[in-house]
Amino acid sequence: MNNNYENPIITAVGLNKTYGCGNTEVRALREVSLSIARGEVVALLGPSGAGKSTLLTALGLIRPPDSGKIIIGGNSVFDGRLLVDARTFRRKHLGFVFQKANLIPFLNAKENVQLAMEINDASPREAGRRAMELLEYLGVAERAKSLPSKLSGGQQQRVAVARALVNRPSLLLADEPTAALDSVRGRQVMELFRNVAHEQNTAVLVVTHDHRALDVFDRALEMEDGNLRVSAILNQELEHSKELHSGERV
Amino acid sequence: MNLALKDIRHNFGRFILTALGIGLLLMLVMGMGGIYRGLVMEATLLTDRIGADLWIVQKNTRGPFAEISRIPRNTEDRVLTVPGIVRANSFVSHTIQRKYQDQPLRLTIQGLSWPSDKGDWLPIIAGRPLRQAHYEIVADKSSKLKLGDRIPLGKNTYTVVGITKWMNSPSGDPMGFMTRADAQAVQFDLPGEAIRNERTARVKRLQAIDIGSTNPQMADRAGGNSSGIPALGTSMVSAVLADVAPDCDKAVIAKKIAAWPDVSVYTHEEQRQLLLKGMVDKARRQLGLFRILLIIVSAVIMALILYTLTLDKIHDIAMLKLMGARNGIILGLILQQALLLGIIGYGVAYALGEWLFPHFPRRVVIVQDDLILLAVVVLVISVLSSLLGINKALRVDPGDILS
Repeated sequence: MNNNYENPIITAVGLNKTYGCGNTEVRALREVSLSIARGEVVALLGPSGAGKSTLLTALGLIRPPDSGKIIIGGNSVFDGRLLVDARTFRRKHLGFVFQKANLIPFLNAKENVQLAMEINDASPREAGRRAMELLEYLGVAERAKSLPSKLSGGQQQRVAVARALVNRPSLLLADEPTAALDSVRGRQVMELFRNVAHEQNTAVLVVTHDHRALDVFDRALEMEDGNLRVSAILNQELEHSKELHSGERV
Repeated sequence: MNLALKDIRHNFGRFILTALGIGLLLMLVMGMGGIYRGLVMEATLLTDRIGADLWIVQKNTRGPFAEISRIPRNTEDRVLTVPGIVRANSFVSHTIQRKYQDQPLRLTIQGLSWPSDKGDWLPIIAGRPLRQAHYEIVADKSSKLKLGDRIPLGKNTYTVVGITKWMNSPSGDPMGFMTRADAQAVQFDLPGEAIRNERTARVKRLQAIDIGSTNPQMADRAGGNSSGIPALGTSMVSAVLADVAPDCDKAVIAKKIAAWPDVSVYTHEEQRQLLLKGMVDKARRQLGLFRILLIIVSAVIMALILYTLTLDKIHDIAMLKLMGARNGIILGLILQQALLLGIIGYGVAYALGEWLFPHFPRRVVIVQDDLILLAVVVLVISVLSSLLGINKALRVDPGDILS
């Protein structure tokens, strides 16, 4: 674990986001601030409609906030307005994993991973080599030539993780990545995030409802009604879960 | 990595079926152009093949194709006396429809000036030209007559001695070539009873006028063959075709003959224009408009197909955008598929057309210029029709991947 809070990979300050107007107005983010260090795995929990996914899309420059400031890797990327080309920035610095793997259906597992790197101007040869490396690391190399429709949910999600990691992003954002998986496979994916974060020094922010795998996270944050807070109860639960699992491992 | 090809490979069956559909549509466009060309070619085929400098026809008519023309056969001799005329032939043309072997047989009979013209210039693909003055015919393949067929026409039977290819009249009927005398015999064939009635009536008419009482020799002949009474009637032909000496001015000679009170004269180009403007102009314009409509329909259908193909991939496009793919990659995916659809469709249209068009009852002529023009049109349609899909793709919000 690397809790280098003095040099965070991402810092968000005072993010606000409002949807709709008048009677239909919903404040999805209210003065949200957070920092995540390199190699840190952070869980973001909260009930539906709390603003978790909104925060994720804001940090991922998919749907920028209305106001606030975002600094990623030392670069100020948002300060009331986008300061970088969002698509280029995502390509070079961010990785995404979602509830559904969202693999391109006409590309096989290897090609899905390779494409993400080719988009980032890597040569097909280099991208192919790196894709195979990651698939091996994630334990799905034997299915490299399979189309997504021939892969199980867990395998698809691992390919999606490989795709998210192929460009060595500084920050990996995951939105309920285990929601479509059973508990065993869900835990495997969560552990995968932890390993990736620690071994590749990537910051990982995971939106989840799953309290059973809390022990894999370094920290847990909670959102409610657009407000982000560090939940003492949640972090106690996290520590307890860690102790429990370390006991199981012993 | 070429996403367009990967997608096509994944949905190969659907892509090929779509390309086949577009190909069939383009084949219609191609065929419509071919039918138009065929119409023009058939209309001008005979005038171009014969290549006569002057067409001398009945006064104030646009004959012999655009309307009926009848002039005495001896006009040929009068034309030959004009200084500068090197050759003059009578032209007989009429269409018959008979029954042969229980099938309708429609032929446009052309009379050849035997013995100077035996049909050596005809594009004969089987058999030979005429070798005797009577009872032989060279027929076009589209008449479905075969070598050796014996066709009863009037009081005589004619043997098919040669088969031509693509010799159709301006109205599309297959042509049959025989000597002028035979052509006239077929044209003016009358039953015996009609001839006997006419001879009796002729004698009565003669007796009623002065010439009947003052010229007893004519009275004697009135009851016999009409050819024996030059003053009463002479055989008629449709036109006289004349060639002018190379060093003479065709316009001057045409003007000289046109001054005769009983004939009109057209040059080769004028005759061509009479055929094109008079006979095929409306059909040509109709086909042209229909062709434009088909092109518009093809463009709309292609646009809808490409739009649907893009909608099918909207989620993948959102994911590509989320991954940071440049617009060029997304445009390439749609545009390359559009162009491939167009190119394959064009290839299908060409291949199907080559196989199918020769079986059409009328000539379908595909010329290189039309093929090139259609290829350019298809490319333009492909690009334009993909714009709808591209517009949709560019407006996709990468955040849609979360919904």
